[in-house]
Amino acid sequence: MKIHEYQAKEILRKYGVATPRAVPCFSVDEAVKAAATLGGKVWVVKAQIHAGGRGKGGGVKLARSEAELKTLAGQILGMQLVTHQTGPEGQKVRRLLIEEGADIKKELYVGLVVDRVTQTVCLMASSEGGMDIEEVAAKTPEKIHKVFVDPTTGLADADADEAARRIGIPEASVPKARAALQGLYRAFWDTDASLAEINPLILTGSGDVIALDAKMNFDDNALFRHPEIVAMRDLDEEDPAEVEASKHDLNYIQLDGNIGCLVNGAGLAMATMDTIKLYGGEPANFLDVGGGATTEKVTEAFKIMLKNPGLKAILVNIFGGIMRCDTIAEGVVAASRAVSLKVPLVVRMKGTNEDIGKKILKDSGLPIISADNMGEAGAKVVAAAKGA
Amino acid sequence: MSILINKNTRVVTQGITGKTGQFHTRTSRDYANGRSCYVAGVNPKKAGEDFEGIPIFATVKDAKAKAGVNTSVIYVPPPFAAAAIWEAVEADLDLVICITEGIPVRDMIEVRDRMRKQNRRTVLVGPNCPGVITPDEIKIGIMPGHIHRKGRIGVVSRSGTLTYEAVGQLTELGLGQSTAVGIGGDPVNGLKHIDVMRMFNDDPDTDAVIMIGEIGGSDEENAARWVKANMKKPVVGFIAGVTAPPGKRMGHAGAIISGGKGTAQEKLAVMEECGIKVTRNPAEMGKLLKTVLK
Repeated sequence: MKIHEYQAKEILRKYGVATPRAVPCFSVDEAVKAAATLGGKVWVVKAQIHAGGRGKGGGVKLARSEAELKTLAGQILGMQLVTHQTGPEGQKVRRLLIEEGADIKKELYVGLVVDRVTQTVCLMASSEGGMDIEEVAAKTPEKIHKVFVDPTTGLADADADEAARRIGIPEASVPKARAALQGLYRAFWDTDASLAEINPLILTGSGDVIALDAKMNFDDNALFRHPEIVAMRDLDEEDPAEVEASKHDLNYIQLDGNIGCLVNGAGLAMATMDTIKLYGGEPANFLDVGGGATTEKVTEAFKIMLKNPGLKAILVNIFGGIMRCDTIAEGVVAASRAVSLKVPLVVRMKGTNEDIGKKILKDSGLPIISADNMGEAGAKVVAAAKGA
Repeated sequence: MSILINKNTRVVTQGITGKTGQFHTRTSRDYANGRSCYVAGVNPKKAGEDFEGIPIFATVKDAKAKAGVNTSVIYVPPPFAAAAIWEAVEADLDLVICITEGIPVRDMIEVRDRMRKQNRRTVLVGPNCPGVITPDEIKIGIMPGHIHRKGRIGVVSRSGTLTYEAVGQLTELGLGQSTAVGIGGDPVNGLKHIDVMRMFNDDPDTDAVIMIGEIGGSDEENAARWVKANMKKPVVGFIAGVTAPPGKRMGHAGAIISGGKGTAQEKLAVMEECGIKVTRNPAEMGKLLKTVLK
């Protein structure tokens, strides 16, 4: 799960990480009031969307007067903000963060992720703040200092201090950087985060160390023990089809193609998408129905896929291990009738009671195209989508 | 021979009183030597009772002392599953196979850290995996037993149904399996591809291996480099997720391309460099394996 910058900063503040004074706003009036409350002469107007790259996309602007702030807030609020992470259609801005201006002397980067090899949390720190860390990692990996944190002791003083010195924090500010790094780590650990990033972490003219931006993602598997995090979820930032699918316990991800697919198991679902591509088609989605491809689930899945106006065909690929193929066939037939399916449907079933399943599909009188293996299924669904 | 499990393995089911644990314990007991292999279940509140004749003990330690188990299979719900793993490790079992999907990553980091710091010898498979099967001997997990056939091909995979797909293709070609191991789709887990590859290399009854991977992490690359340096047997591979978009979690918690790392293309390239024959067509995993057999 993802949250907004202002929410991540709220969490970090609780863990002693210094952030600029700021007020989240939902309207231009609120933005103007926020600036008055904050005082000063310079404010930053920041679009709050879940995607990164907001600055480059024109979603972060400096206001030097109340009038300018009003204009900028009006421009940014409601705009379709396009960044390298949103796709070409962009994401509508519904929230702003009005923040006091900062005196930036240095821009640094710190982030935390789970390292799969060492099975610990890895702190990455770099002197190259404000840049895309992926780019830094690719071009100048030596500029990223890594610390693998011991899960029982947490981020040690010495490790935090060394990281701070390595990225160019002057000696006088090291204690402040230590507080920021350890606070970030504790926040990550306590909230079951999967990513926590401060980019940039700044050193100010007066030697303070402040989180100018913040990003946190969370482990979905751990949300059951963090109602306070779940309350921060913003459904406006998520794909409506994916939100709808999650209500029916379907694992769904919208893609750009025109061939829908419904599969049991995540690995097989990915492999099915790959097969569609291999035979010259483009998958419209990833969809794992899990262990129970019941009539209800298949019906809901069809409905979600059919909301895509460009959908040209559907491929159902089920390896019926413990689940029987006759049950699946009945589900597919009932679902096709329930949604009055108009696009071609290719079904590939394998496993227990395969023959009975195929007979049910055939006897249904529906124009269902049957396939014996994944390759044949891929070829047939691509041909069907092209209208061949 | 085989790896990890055989007909002499004695299994305790942790989570035997839940619906999932009961269903799969029943199908596993009905497979091959299951009746001799499934000898215990655990539930502290139901000690002294039984599940269809399988005695239930209060703890894994009890099950080991009284029923002689050396392996555990876990179907405990996610919030309690890491503690269940630790209980089996503390009881010093040889092997723990954790089927449970949805365990918080932090819980897994903690339990793996404790296993390492205390130098525990217990081998963990999973979590979020289909389990392990040695055809015609023993099945531990949720895979359909009947698609397997006894033979000399090793299978290792991060995915459930995609493993069944590979096994199904092998069986149709008349190629049986020595052992099929599902290592699971979570980012922090027990055995990795490289560990299972070592075991297959040492197993006199395995002639060749299918390695199935997916996007996320670098397990497949690490295993491929090891194969290049050490493996005496042919290995073929498939990686799912060539079409997966970056930054999206594809069903499995570990199946995500992050920071441009862990793409299927990258994995396939490294595997090919290391002498592993790969296919981009999941319908041809079995056929590809057949081509490398002497």
